[in-house]
Amino acid sequence: MAATAQDPSAPLRGPEKKDEDRDEDTEYSPFYGIEKGAVLQEARIFNDAHIDPRKCQQVITKLLYLLCQGETFSQKEATEVFFSVTKLFQNKDANLRRMVYLVVKDVCPASDEVIMITSSLMKDMNSKTDLYRSNAIRVLCSITDAQLLGQIERYLKQAVVDKSPVVASAVLVSALHLLSHNSEIVKRWTNEIQEAVQSKQPMVQFHAVALLHALRANDRLAVSKLVTSLTKGPVRSPLAQCLLVRYVAQVISESQAASGNDSRPFYDWLESCLRHKAEMVIFEAARAICNMAEVSARELTPAVTVLQLFLSSSKPVLRFAAVRTLNKVAMTHPMAVTNCNIDMENLISDQNRSIATLAITTLLKTGNESSVERLLKQIGNFMSDIADEFKIVVVEAIRSLCLKFPQKYRALMNFLSNVLREDGGFEYKKAIVDSILILIREIPDAKEPGLGHLCEFIEDCEFTYLSTQILHLLGVEGPKTKDPAKYIRFIYNRIILENATVRAAAVSSLARFGALVQELHPRILILLRRALHDNDDEVRDRATLYLQQLEGQAGGLDAVDVKWNIPAKNLEQGLKKYMENGFQKPFDLASVPVAVAASPAKERKAPGRTLAAPAPTQAPKKQDDHAALLKTLPQLAGLGPVFKSSAPAQLTEEETEYNIVVVKHVFASHVVFQFNCTNTVAEQVLENVSVAMDLAEAEDFEEEAVLPLASMAYGSVGQTYVVLARPEGSMALGKFVNILKFKVKEIDPSTGETEEEGYEDEYQLEDVEVTPADYIKPVAVANFRSVWEELDPESEMADDYGLGLRDSLQDAVEAVIGILGMQACEGSDAVPPNARSHTALLAGVIVGDVQVLVRLSFGIDVSRQVAMKMVVRSDGRDVSEAIHQIIQDA
Amino acid sequence: MDVDPTVPVVKNLLLLDSEGKRIAVKYFAPEWSTVAAQANFEKSVFSKTSRTNARGEAEITMFDDVIVVYKFIGDLMFYVTGSQDENELILYNVLGGFFESISLLLRGAVEKKTVLENLDLALLAMDEILDGGLILETDPTTIASRVAMRGAESDVPLSEQTFSQALASAKEQLARSLLK
Repeated sequence: MAATAQDPSAPLRGPEKKDEDRDEDTEYSPFYGIEKGAVLQEARIFNDAHIDPRKCQQVITKLLYLLCQGETFSQKEATEVFFSVTKLFQNKDANLRRMVYLVVKDVCPASDEVIMITSSLMKDMNSKTDLYRSNAIRVLCSITDAQLLGQIERYLKQAVVDKSPVVASAVLVSALHLLSHNSEIVKRWTNEIQEAVQSKQPMVQFHAVALLHALRANDRLAVSKLVTSLTKGPVRSPLAQCLLVRYVAQVISESQAASGNDSRPFYDWLESCLRHKAEMVIFEAARAICNMAEVSARELTPAVTVLQLFLSSSKPVLRFAAVRTLNKVAMTHPMAVTNCNIDMENLISDQNRSIATLAITTLLKTGNESSVERLLKQIGNFMSDIADEFKIVVVEAIRSLCLKFPQKYRALMNFLSNVLREDGGFEYKKAIVDSILILIREIPDAKEPGLGHLCEFIEDCEFTYLSTQILHLLGVEGPKTKDPAKYIRFIYNRIILENATVRAAAVSSLARFGALVQELHPRILILLRRALHDNDDEVRDRATLYLQQLEGQAGGLDAVDVKWNIPAKNLEQGLKKYMENGFQKPFDLASVPVAVAASPAKERKAPGRTLAAPAPTQAPKKQDDHAALLKTLPQLAGLGPVFKSSAPAQLTEEETEYNIVVVKHVFASHVVFQFNCTNTVAEQVLENVSVAMDLAEAEDFEEEAVLPLASMAYGSVGQTYVVLARPEGSMALGKFVNILKFKVKEIDPSTGETEEEGYEDEYQLEDVEVTPADYIKPVAVANFRSVWEELDPESEMADDYGLGLRDSLQDAVEAVIGILGMQACEGSDAVPPNARSHTALLAGVIVGDVQVLVRLSFGIDVSRQVAMKMVVRSDGRDVSEAIHQIIQDA
Repeated sequence: MDVDPTVPVVKNLLLLDSEGKRIAVKYFAPEWSTVAAQANFEKSVFSKTSRTNARGEAEITMFDDVIVVYKFIGDLMFYVTGSQDENELILYNVLGGFFESISLLLRGAVEKKTVLENLDLALLAMDEILDGGLILETDPTTIASRVAMRGAESDVPLSEQTFSQALASAKEQLARSLLK
C-alpha cells in the first residue's frame, strides 16, 4: 500500500497478495490473488463459439475489478479486450449484455475502433426492450464523435419523448454531457425536450428541465420565461423543483442588479416552496432566501423558521445543512438567528463534530456577553476531538468575540492559552498565536497575561516561525511592562536550546531589553557575551553588534531600538528610486516621506469591522466628492481642511421649478453651505443665482462671502456657496431662513434662444439649521473600554433623561445616535429583540479634534416609556457639558 | 466535464470496507484524476469518518471544500461526495439510492463478502445511479430492477424469477452456515 502514494500508476490492489502469512481466518475474497495477465488470458473465452454467459459475466467483473483497483491496461491490452468483448453482442443473455455495456464504457477504445460496435449498439437502440435502448444510447453518446452522432440523431431525438422513463432519461442526461462539445445537435431537439418537461415521470422531468435550462443558460430573457412558465404549473419531481428554485434565485439576483428596490419577483413562490413536502426542496428554498442579496429581516423569517425545525431533526444531514446555512446568515444578520439559539446550544454536544463546530461558531457570532463563559466551557469539552480545520474556525470566532466583548478577555485569553498547550498542527497554532497577538494589541489589559502565555508556549514550541514572531513581540512589548526581568529567562532559554534562527531572534529580543531597561543593562551584557561563542554566524554577528551598541559604540543605545516611523511601502519606493538613479550618493533616509495615506488606522479597524453590521460605505465616498468640489474653489482654499460634511438635505418640495439641496461643510472657523441647484423648467434659464441667508437666529455667525452661480440651465446641477465665519473651534448653532435669488430669462421655444431681457425673482426655501451633530464626526474606536479609561475621569458627566413613549428600544437607540451624530462601537447599536435594557457605546471627534466617548444605558418599561442614562467622557469637562446640552435641547 | 452549474453534480461514489480499502469506486470530478490522488482522498475520508457512528442515520462531514455524506452497514462504508455548494439533501438522496439499491440487490446481506461475490451488481448499481456525475435515478427499487435487467427477458415470469432467486439465496445461506 505504501508504494501507491508515490507511484500514480500503481494499482491499489490487495495487501492480500503481500501478507500471505496472515491468519487463516482472513476474509475470503473471490478476487484473492487476482492477476492481470491471468484475467486477460481468461478473457479469450469471449471468442469461443459457444459462449457461457455466466462465465463471461464473471470475467468481465474481474476486468472491472482490476480497473477499479487502479490497474491500467496498455493500449494493446485494451484493444484486445475491446475486440473480444464486441463478440459478446452475439449472445442474447440480458444480464451479460448489461455487463458488456458497462465494460465498453470503461475500456474506452480509440475512435477508429468504435466503429466495431456502433452497428450492434444501433441495433440495440431500436430494440423493443427499454433497457437495451437506454443503455445503448448511454454507451453510444459516451463513446461517439460528432460525425457518428449525426447518423444517430434521428433516433436520439425520438428517444427524448420515449414512453419509457429509462430511455428518455438516458438520452436527456447524455445530451447534458454532449452540450459541451456538440451543442448544435442538441439544440435541434428543443421541441421534444419541452414535451419531456411535461412528463409525468419525475426523473424525466428533472432531466428535461435541467437540459432546457442548460440550452438557454446564456439567454437571460429565455431563462426568465422558462421560470415564469414552470412556476405556474405543478412540478412533480423534487429534484426538478430544486432546479427551479435555483433558477428563480438566479432571476432574483439579476433582476435586483437591474431594477431598484421593487418588491422581489417570485419571492412569494420561493416562500411557498418552504411548505413543499420534500425536505430537499424546503431546504433549497430556505437556502436561496438566505443567500439573496440585501435580504430583509422580514423575508428571512420564514426561511429561518424552517431551518430551526431542521435543527432538531433526527437526521444529521438535515441538522448539518440547517446549521451551516444559519451560520452564514449569522454573519450578516445575527439578529435573525438569535431565535434559534436554544436549539443551537443543544447542538454543541452533537455527535457529529462538524455540526457542533458550526453551532458553536454561530452562537459565538450571535451570543451576548453573559453567555460567553458558559459557551467557552462547552467548547472546551469538545475541542480535543475535532479536526484542526474546525479548531481554527473556533479560534477565529473566539478572537472576534473577544474584540466584541473586551471585558471578557480574561476568560477568552485563558481559553486560548489552554488550547495552545494542546497538540495541533502549524496552521492551528498559528491561528491561536495570531489571535493572541491581535488581542494584545487591541486590549491593553490583556497584554501582560498574553505575553505570559506566549512565553510558556515558546518553551515548548516546535515551529520556528511562531517562535521568532513571539520573540520579536517580547522584545517590543516586554521592556514596557512593569516587570521586564521576568521575560529574560524565557528568552535566554531559547538561546541555549533552539535552532539558529530562533537563537538569532532571541539575541535581538534580549538586546532591546538591554537598551530600554536601565536596570537590566549589565545583566543583558553578560548574557549576550555568551552568545558570542555561538556556532552560527548570524547569531554571533547579532550578538557582537548589539554588544557594541549597548556599550555605547556603533550608534549607541538608540541604534538597538530604532524608532521606525517610515512606512515600509514608502521605504521600498524610496529605495527603488535610489537604485534607479545609481549609487553616487549614500541613501538618505530623511528623503523618504513619512506621511502616508491613513492606511494603518484602516488596518486597525479591519478586525472590528467584521463584527459590526456592514457599515454604509457609500456615504464617506460622497463626502469625498463634495470635498473634492470644494477644493476646486480658490475662494475657499484659505479655510483649511473640511472637518465634516453633512448629508445632503432637500430644501424644496419634490417636483417644483427649482430643486435645491444643501450640504453643510464644517471648517475650523467657518461653515460653508453648498447649495446644489437644479433647474427643472425647460423654458427658462436662471442667472446669477445665490442664496440669501438670514442670520437673525444665528448670532454667532458672520457672513464672509457669497459665491453665486453664474447660470443655471435646464437639467444641469450647479453650485452656489455661502461662507459663514464663527469663533474658531466653537460649536456655534443657529437656524437660517433662506431665499433663493436669481434672474430669470425666458427661452423662446421656437428658436431655442435665450431672450436678452430678464427679471429678478426670489424663491423661498426651507430653513437650514446648524446642529451640534454637525460638529461631531462619527469615528469608531477599536477598543472602547481602553480609550474610555485613557480619558480623564474628571471630564466625566452623567445625567438621566426620559425619552417618552417609543415603539422599541431600537427606535430610541437609533434616535439618540442620530441626534448625536456619533459612531456606535462594537456593534452596540443593535438591540437584541425583546431586550428590556441596552447599553450603547458611541465614539466621535468634535471640531478641533477633541475625542468624545458616550455610554448610553437605555431601559424600557411595560408602558414603553424609555429612560436613558448618558455618561460622557472627553478631553475636557466643557465638551462633556456640550454633549449633554445637545440631548437637553433635542 | 462542463455542465450547467445549476445541475446537481456528484463528485464521487465510494464503497469501502471497514479498513478503508476500496471495494468499488467511481470518480467523476477532475480533481482526482490519478490513482494516487484518489487513494489520498479515500484515506482522508476514511480517517475523518471511520470513528463516527453512521449506522443508524447517515452522517455528513465537510473538508477540503467538499461535502461527504456517508452510511455504514455491516463492514461496508458507503460515501457520496459533492461540492461544498451542493444541497446536502440531494447528496443524501443519492446516498439513499446507493445503499438501499445495493441492499435490495444483495437481499439484505449487506457485507463485504457478498458484495465481492456480487461485485457486478454493485458496479451496475453505481452505473444506474449516476451518469458522468449527473443523477440518473435515486429510487432504490427502480435502480435494482434496472440492474437485474428485469423485464428484459420476457420469458421468465416475474413471480417465478423472484422464487428462483429466493431459492438461490437460501442455498447460499445454507452453504455459509455449513462452512462455519
